[in-house]
Parts: sequence; C-alpha cells; structure tokens
Amino acid sequence: MVELALPKNSQITEGKTWPKPEGATNLREYRIYRWNPDTGENPSIDTYYVNMDDCGPMVLDGLLWIKNNIDPTLTLRRSCREGICGSCAMNIDGTNTLACTKGSDEVDGAVKVYPLPHMKVVKDLVPDMNNFYAQHRSIQPWLQTVSNEPRTEWLQSEADREKLDGLYECILCACCSTSCPSYWWNGDRYLGPAVLLQAYRWLIDSRDEATGERLDDLEDPFRLYRCHTIMNCAQACPKDLNPAKAIAEIKKMMVERRV
Amino acid sequence: MANVELQDRRPLSPHLSVYRLIPTMVASIMHRITGAALYFGTLLFVWWIFSAAVSPQYFEFANSIYGSIPGQIVLFGYTWALMHHLAGGLRHFMWDTGRGFDKHFSTKLAWATWGFSISATILIWIIAYAVR
Repeated sequence: MVELALPKNSQITEGKTWPKPEGATNLREYRIYRWNPDTGENPSIDTYYVNMDDCGPMVLDGLLWIKNNIDPTLTLRRSCREGICGSCAMNIDGTNTLACTKGSDEVDGAVKVYPLPHMKVVKDLVPDMNNFYAQHRSIQPWLQTVSNEPRTEWLQSEADREKLDGLYECILCACCSTSCPSYWWNGDRYLGPAVLLQAYRWLIDSRDEATGERLDDLEDPFRLYRCHTIMNCAQACPKDLNPAKAIAEIKKMMVERRV
Repeated sequence: MANVELQDRRPLSPHLSVYRLIPTMVASIMHRITGAALYFGTLLFVWWIFSAAVSPQYFEFANSIYGSIPGQIVLFGYTWALMHHLAGGLRHFMWDTGRGFDKHFSTKLAWATWGFSISATILIWIIAYAVR
C-alpha cells in the first residue's frame, strides 16, 4: 500500500556529529543513517569526517575508515569489495548502489548513506533481506527438466547461451528491487525486479523444461504485473543489467503463449 | 534473533524522502497524475456536449464559461495533460513490444515527453486561436 510518510518509530532525527580527525586537512563529510536495536530510540543521522589522505577512493573505504578510526559500532554488510558479492548494497547520494564500486568523488558535497529503501532495518545500514530471499526461492531458481538425464552435460547452442547474457550476471544485491516504488508499496506480493529478472533467466534458458509452469506461477496481478515500467531498477543496477527489459520479455511470453 | 517483539520494533528505512528524483521516475509519476486529470477533463468535455443537447441558451452558457479567462486556463491545462498522457502512452506502447529499455535512451525519452507535450499544447492553442 502507498504510504508516503514513514511510521512514527522510523522517523529520522539528527544524531551525533563526531569530532574531526586531528591534523587532517583533506576531510570528507559522511552523513550516515544509524539505528541501534538496543536503545529503542528512533533512527538518526550521524555526521563523520573522513581523512581522505588516509583512505581509499570508494564509499566503502570511507565507511570502513570510520569503523576503524572513529566509531567501531557502525554496522554494515561487506565482503568482496569488488562488486561481485552484492553485500554492501545501500542508498548512497540518493541512489541504490554498491558502496565498494561507488567512488566518493562521484558524490557532490557530503556523502549521504542510508540502508536500502523501504526495508526493515536490523541495525544501521543492515536491512532485513528475508522477504527478498524468500521471493527468490519462490521462483525455483534452478534447472528443471522432465527429459531423461543426458550422459554428459545438458548441452546448449552458443546462440541459446547468449540469451543468458545480461541475466546471469545478477548478484542479487537488491539495489533494483529496493529502488522500485511498486516494490516499496507492494513488496509483500510483488516479486520485484531482481527476482523477476532471475525468473526470466530460467524462462529463457533453452535447457529448462518447466517454462509453462514458471509462467503459470507468475501470471498474477501482483507477482508480475505490478511492474509499471518506472525504470528505477535499470537506472540503479550496479552491474548495468536491465530488469525492466527482462520483465517486459516475461509479459511478452505471457501474450505469445496465448495466441 | 527469532524475537517477534524486536522484529516489530525495527524501523522502516526511508524511501521517497531520500531517493533522488530521476527523469524516468518523474515521467512515470506524471503519467499517473495526467491520467487521473483526464478523468476530470473528460467530464468537462461531456458537459460541453451535454449542454449542446439541452438548449442553445445552455450551450451559450457553457461556452461563456469555457471562453472566460479561468475557463481557458483550465482547458489549456487539460490540453497539456492530454498531450502529456498521449506521449507517455506511446512510450509505454513501445515498451510493451520489448523495445527502448536502454537506460540512457529512456532518460532522453522522459525529457522528450515534456518537450512534446509542451510544444504540442502551445501549437494546438496557436492553431485554435488562429482559426477562431
């Protein structure tokens, strides 16, 4: 449901401004969303100053510099630091992206960092991803066949393999899904761009033999058709994929199988 | 962590208030707003047709309202909403065929929607005044 305002317990207050690092001349201001489950207080925005002479170029470097040098309680997910694990997805400078591939020099003014939008917050920049993962599980993201197993691998022509390009690269960071207003308002029933891109990845796979069942499962006013081509997903994807196009292709398959 | 009470206390992260407005997103919102405005605009049109069916005097009355300055402003807005929704509709028609999804192209198209609706509206009104 469309709810423009945040619930009472989610409204953001001005937080603490942490002292500037001593002796540093090249400072960068970070304004970061904080929420601590142990205090029961509302979320707040803390202000930090990063010594850029002592810090790497990416926003993730800045966050870890803060964690190492100023405030060890700052909580975030991160792992690979090279854009392949999807852990450090967050809202930076008003757009969802990966902190590890976003240069702090790409941001004008203070670097504003929030968790992925319209998600339940576990702590600070860590959102609860359970619903997202459950939705991914629901589309059965694995190869399904009825034919007898071949002696070797399931073979695929080069042309058929190419159809998976632009789909298999998805790292399930949820940047796209949590950028989507339709997913904000109906995330409980609409599958969202990431999961639908994954669904299309199996629909278009020449080796998969459950295409009909997969389409049946998606044929629903909410699961698929809440996509209104707002295009935030394609604009946000840090891997430059296009979930909006994948969803359009699913809608086309729905029509094509009926005519 | 299977603590129901704790899960209830979890805040919702900010969304609209922190997300940067981008042209494609605004185009989508405007398509909805103009679409809703067209319901109202259609009522204006129906009332005009209806007045012609009632009597010549009543038709004159309707015309005098639509011909007044506030009436003309509303009709100008209706024309723009119609043109904007038309352009947006064509955009969606193209998307329904699976084409035009490139993110840079769709951003340009979002701006083009404004360009088309504003210039078409002005053109229609210039023609309307010229043939009056």
